[in-house]
Amino acid sequence: MIQLINIRKSFNGNQVLKGVNLHIPKGKVTVILGPSGCGKSVLMKHMIGLLVPDEGRVQVDGVDIHRLDDARLNKFRKKFGMLFQSAALFDSLTVGENVAFPLVEHASFSKRAIDDRVQECLALVGLQNIVHKMPSELSGGMRKRVGLARAIALQPEIILYDEPTTGLDPLMTDAINHLIIDTQKKLSVTSVVISHDIEGTFEVAHKVAVLHEGVIVAEGSSRDITGSSHPFVQKFLSKRS
Amino acid sequence: MTQLNFQGPFEVAGSGLMTFIRYLGDFFLFVRSYFLWNFRPPWRWALTFKQMEFIGIYSLPIIVLTATFSGMVFGLQIGYAFRAFNAESMVGSTVGLALTREIGPVFASLMVAARAGSAMAAEIGSMKVTEQLDAMSTMAVNPIQYLVVPRVTAGVLVVPLLSIVYIAVGILGAYVVSIYMLHIPDVYFIQKLEYYVDPSDVMGGVVKAAVFGFLLALISCYCGYRTEGGAEGVGRSTTKAVVVSSVTILVTDYFLTSWILEFF
Ligand SMILES: Nc1ncnc2c1ncn2[C@@H]1O[C@H](COP(=O)(O)OP(=O)(O)O)[C@@H](O)[C@H]1O
Ligand SMILES: [Mg+2]
Repeated sequence: MIQLINIRKSFNGNQVLKGVNLHIPKGKVTVILGPSGCGKSVLMKHMIGLLVPDEGRVQVDGVDIHRLDDARLNKFRKKFGMLFQSAALFDSLTVGENVAFPLVEHASFSKRAIDDRVQECLALVGLQNIVHKMPSELSGGMRKRVGLARAIALQPEIILYDEPTTGLDPLMTDAINHLIIDTQKKLSVTSVVISHDIEGTFEVAHKVAVLHEGVIVAEGSSRDITGSSHPFVQKFLSKRS
Repeated sequence: MTQLNFQGPFEVAGSGLMTFIRYLGDFFLFVRSYFLWNFRPPWRWALTFKQMEFIGIYSLPIIVLTATFSGMVFGLQIGYAFRAFNAESMVGSTVGLALTREIGPVFASLMVAARAGSAMAAEIGSMKVTEQLDAMSTMAVNPIQYLVVPRVTAGVLVVPLLSIVYIAVGILGAYVVSIYMLHIPDVYFIQKLEYYVDPSDVMGGVVKAAVFGFLLALISCYCGYRTEGGAEGVGRSTTKAVVVSSVTILVTDYFLTSWILEFF
């Protein structure tokens, strides 16, 4: 469970988050919608302690993560997996080494087991025979999927997906949406998804929240959102679908 | 009407000073977390060896090249100058002392700052702007421990070795010039060199080189770590890393030297 309490954050005087309150239920898929540049990625980085709020608190399973010191926060993050919007693959490592990175660092697997798990994760995102490629040799969509494989490799309790389907073709988008639901169902992972893909969103989401001008303007089930009377939400939904 | 924005000299100096102090404070926080992570497991031997190879082996050619020529030109200048006093026999000891105490450690460090320090800043800087450092943090691996600690350790261990190479090659260069161009009898060169250059001089040079290696690696990593603003920012950090490490090496050299001369 993640609880965001009155999060405010500015960058050089530009206030991006203006008091966000959001509850992310345990073991469910929560989708965050919103126009680009509205601060969705910034919000997600608060959940894992990459950014520190100017005001407000972030609680993960009841722990105030910004109160933790360096070393404790580091340990705490083993609960998490995160896919970055830019994929953020290590460009000095091969695809295989990228996916293996969290396994090598934190799991006491044998080399064989690590290789197997890497193959398995890459297969889950529909990639084969690219373990020895460098990230620079891949297309944007492939990099995204490698990032996804890396995020799920350790089977974390909480997975944060920053635009997992942006830049993918419709078939792949479908496959990734199913992957998100499957991982959630199999391991009852708490998932947070940032997305532009409204159709797909309503398929996967147990809960949807709409971020606009630094606050959550609507939240609830898919049906609550489609039925929302908030003018921005209506405009946002009608333009997209 | 245009609004004149007038800043007096004190305001300019004041805001410059504030920026400098803020930088310094931020740097010390970085150094603090370097020391914290330096003493926490896991120990990253493989990464450290890779950095030692990168700094050490790949800097060898440029170290040998610059050492040869600076030794030769130094021998030449000292030779001509001392000939005026009929003191050519002292060329070996003068060159030897200058190289072991000053030129070897300082020049070797400056070369490493230019070659390896810039690379460290560029590598870490581009990881910063492409969110790779953030990604590493989310995977519960501290980037300071993974990236900075191995580089600094490698700097401390390898720069002294490189400066010993610099000293040896530089003396050889001066020797060749003295014997074959200035026609100074080689017994003099070697005799005086042995007589005046003590192991403590070499020791002092090596200690200085270790300090320089530590500083240049830490500063270069810091510049990379604080990179903002895309590819352009990476370029700025790289330049800053080389300039700030070089200046720091030269300034520190003065204070270290006066301290070493006083106490040893
Ligand atoms: N590290 C940062 N420094 C300064 N501004 C930032 C930083 N990160 C994000 N911003 C700003 O915050 C705003 C929201 O960005 P972001 O969260 O990436 O939007 P999105 O909703 O598309 O993910 C943007 O205006 C961006 O310029
Ligand atoms: Mg974003």
